[in-house]
Amino acid sequence: MKRNHRLLLFAVGALGMAFVYCAGARNLPPWGQYRGPYGDAIAQLAVYQRHATDTVNAVTYDYRGFDTLGEEFILFSAVTGVMLLLRPEKGKSGEDEEPTNPASFRDRAALSETVQVFTTAIFGFSVLFGIYMATHGQLTPGGGFQGGVILAAAPMLLYIAENTDAFQRIVSHPLVEFFEGVGAAGYALIGVAALTMGAAFLTNVIPLGKTGDVFSSGTIAAISACVGVEVAAGFTLVIFEYLREILSHRKGGEE
Amino acid sequence: MTAVLGVGLLALIAVSALALVRTDDPTSLVISLSFYGLLLALMFFLFRAPDVALAQITVGAIALPLMVMLAITRMKHREATQQRKKKQP
Repeated sequence: MKRNHRLLLFAVGALGMAFVYCAGARNLPPWGQYRGPYGDAIAQLAVYQRHATDTVNAVTYDYRGFDTLGEEFILFSAVTGVMLLLRPEKGKSGEDEEPTNPASFRDRAALSETVQVFTTAIFGFSVLFGIYMATHGQLTPGGGFQGGVILAAAPMLLYIAENTDAFQRIVSHPLVEFFEGVGAAGYALIGVAALTMGAAFLTNVIPLGKTGDVFSSGTIAAISACVGVEVAAGFTLVIFEYLREILSHRKGGEE
Repeated sequence: MTAVLGVGLLALIAVSALALVRTDDPTSLVISLSFYGLLLALMFFLFRAPDVALAQITVGAIALPLMVMLAITRMKHREATQQRKKKQP
């Protein structure tokens, strides 16, 4: 294919794209305005019906909780898939492989003290912030998913600060796998609990409490916490599976 | 005021998206990806979607670059191990 032909083909595609884009953008609502009945309806009903001040989480963990359960298990199976693919075969690797000198693939520049001090200092803060975010999803923006990712990213700060031993103790802990299962199962069990009380799956059966309290909004807070545990453990597992080989070699190199 | 900020931010996102696809080195790519994710989060915040902004910060600016970085590290480590094996048969 000659250059001219390719340009012609691109021009046709770009013109078509421009036409469809303009046709689509022509009917957009004005800047900062919203045209949709459901958003306004939910914003007015959520506090009254569910005692949750963050409407977005009331929607994701309650009104459409079943969809979120599906999304939760997408993440769960993705983590399982990564673990299956990356986990070393038993008896094959690690024994006949020579440990590589970690310096050969590490960045050459020495770690600055600023990075070390800063990352260590904000480690505690980010753990606290992750827990706060996962437990306050029903009150303020955030929720279990965001909190979970923040919690899982916290050990990476230790790794960046080259506190590798502490990092490894956290991410290789056997309880991480357990929590991954507990978080995912907890969500489904909260749904089943409603079934045993004669309500539909994932109905909000826990007492709603006082609007604005941490322990309010019934199942929304409980599910958010479960999701937080599951996401934090899931991401930690993926991080560990990626770094497992490097960590074991680094250890082997030191001994 | 918000409109000016929004237009400026959208223009910045367009420019950084272009810079992102034109980055060749994988390590620089991760940094650009993280920056781009942060800009998107700012945009969501400006358009009054703080929940989405928080999800975007955690996924777009932390988790995704982290996963790419981990994959690159692992590949480099594999290469180093294999080269070592070839040298000492």
